[in-house]
Amino acid sequence: MAMVNAANMPDVNGYFGEYGGSFVPPQLQVILDEITAEYLKTKDDPEFQKEMAYYQKHYVGRPSPVFFCERLTAKIGGAKIYLKREDLNHTGAHKINHCIGEALLAKRLGKTKIIAETGAGQHGVALATVAALLGLECEIHMGEVDIAKEHPNVVRMQILGATVVPVTHGLKTLKEAVDSAFEAYLKDPVTQLYAIGSVVGPHPFPMMVRDFQQIIGEEAKVQFEELTGTLPDNIVACVGGGSNAMGLFTAFLNDESVAIYGVEPAGHGVEIAGKHAATITKGTPGMIHGFKCYMLQDENGEPSPVHSVASGLDYPGVGPQHSYLHDLKRVNYTHIDDTDAIDAFFELSRSEGIIPAIESSHAVAFAMKLAKELPSDQTILVNLSGRGDKDIDFVVENFGKKYGI
Amino acid sequence: MNNRMTALFETKKENILNIYFTAGYPNIDDTVTIIKQLEHSGADLIEVGIPYSDPLADGPTIQESGTAALKNGFTLKLLFEQIREARKTANVPLILMGYVNQLMQFGVEKFVAQCADSGVDGLIIPDLPPNVFEKEYKELFAKHNLSFTFLVTPNTSDERIKMLDSLSTGFLYIVSSAAITGAKSGISEEQIAYFKRISSLISSPKLIGFGISDNETFTTACTYAEGAIIGSAFIKMLSKEGVAGIDGYIQSVRG
Ligand SMILES: Cc1ncc(COP(=O)(O)O)c(C=O)c1O
Repeated sequence: MAMVNAANMPDVNGYFGEYGGSFVPPQLQVILDEITAEYLKTKDDPEFQKEMAYYQKHYVGRPSPVFFCERLTAKIGGAKIYLKREDLNHTGAHKINHCIGEALLAKRLGKTKIIAETGAGQHGVALATVAALLGLECEIHMGEVDIAKEHPNVVRMQILGATVVPVTHGLKTLKEAVDSAFEAYLKDPVTQLYAIGSVVGPHPFPMMVRDFQQIIGEEAKVQFEELTGTLPDNIVACVGGGSNAMGLFTAFLNDESVAIYGVEPAGHGVEIAGKHAATITKGTPGMIHGFKCYMLQDENGEPSPVHSVASGLDYPGVGPQHSYLHDLKRVNYTHIDDTDAIDAFFELSRSEGIIPAIESSHAVAFAMKLAKELPSDQTILVNLSGRGDKDIDFVVENFGKKYGI
Repeated sequence: MNNRMTALFETKKENILNIYFTAGYPNIDDTVTIIKQLEHSGADLIEVGIPYSDPLADGPTIQESGTAALKNGFTLKLLFEQIREARKTANVPLILMGYVNQLMQFGVEKFVAQCADSGVDGLIIPDLPPNVFEKEYKELFAKHNLSFTFLVTPNTSDERIKMLDSLSTGFLYIVSSAAITGAKSGISEEQIAYFKRISSLISSPKLIGFGISDNETFTTACTYAEGAIIGSAFIKMLSKEGVAGIDGYIQSVRG
């Protein structure tokens, strides 16, 4: 197994191995170069770090706890399952970690408005929240399908003062929302900052978002050692674009004893084209939204239609660092389908009193499978990336009957 | 073989009219007719857009035409057949505009070979970074006698403009505003200052694009460059009038 020094990645041009980079029209490249330069200057500035730490502690509520799932573990009868509780962050998911970083950077760059896409609405809500906190304008692009599915989050963004722009082309989900947000951004890249929602997009976004998220793993490592005296044997996170996963994984990449699992959404099944979003499992290298990664595409290089029961996971591309970690075989990318994810959604709710986001339920579902195969002295740490409040109406309407509702 | 585009820039130094259209739009078979009609009506250069659903550099008009062409059943294989067909009679220089991923998935070597074989003279790939071009593509394009055009925008630094000028083997595409494509009217004082700045920095021929739509904007652009490029406005006309409207439109632009 290849060990990876994440601190060395990406290279100066934004490459993780052959992935990443920046494939954008020149007018945008000029702006991205500015953002990169400012970010590299800012990130080690003690003033900036102090500001970040302040908001993380007093606003987000960090550190988020690590919790041992005693009843779930007993029920499954195998490895011990622990959760890193990112669902307890203000706004209910890990997304706020990078939103604070992006918004503080926007202010330093003298931008007055932040603009972004959202799938499940978690990134949109987190960004709208931080925009309100720091006095920035905020515009969120969201597919019409997701707007219907994630209605409470749409209302939340509006209450917070953000403008929600419905996206009506194509499949009307996450990919199209990115198209639309990019387009709006290109109209005025001088006063606006694109605050991307995951470790995707052209350089420097994958690096920047990872850096802002890696606090998850840094905290978890210390907390887990406090609880158990050692490192976890296995760590697990769901992978849409891959931000919560990079957040957890980064601190553990060089710990050879830790097996790492990234869980992709298998939708209705990875063998049915157009009905899943298991990008690394089924994709091939290509270019989407200005960067190179594994992607689901046809022979003309058109991004394929994707599906997942989790709006935050149905994207035909994936972060460049994940693409590279897959090639290096440092991370095992696996998949969980809609049915198993919903099962895990109810299982965790009913055995631990924690309602997970459907996205995070994919990670929980895989951890449950893995636990069953492992002896009881093994441990699994799952990144519970978000809470499921946003999903309750959708889940009950579509799957409630099976679970007695 | 001679590169038709190089020949054009050697013989014609002003009022060069470059028309952009999306292949396979409005109808899948229109590509050949449009090329022939444009040449007949007096376009000097034709830029054929390869339909793509993820066109980061293009505005709504071009995006919609691309989406429609994909629905019409567009493929690259078909495009090369259409260009071969048009080339039986047409002698106008032809440029393809597409995105890196389209080349990658088709196979870069195969793509370039097909371009040369079907009679394409140059390429515009707006998302291909100059350093990647230099490292991985420059030699290959040269081998197949394909010129390559870079885009220059108002926020491009002087230093970078000079670098692009030296790398470019066709013309430089002068983007009139920092925005994405889409017909805007009029040319401002600020833009004129920018065109003059570029002229002082480069030696390649230059064509001004983005926002050129009629005789007035074309004529103004031509006072600051060897010529201009019309895209969105031409596609809007095609959507309304179809191929029958081409001749009237080109005549009105020429004035
Ligand atoms: C709770 C939660 N987890 C995970 C994701 C997926 O994003 P990523 O793969 O970038 O962590 C989302 C996206 O909306 C989310 O809301």
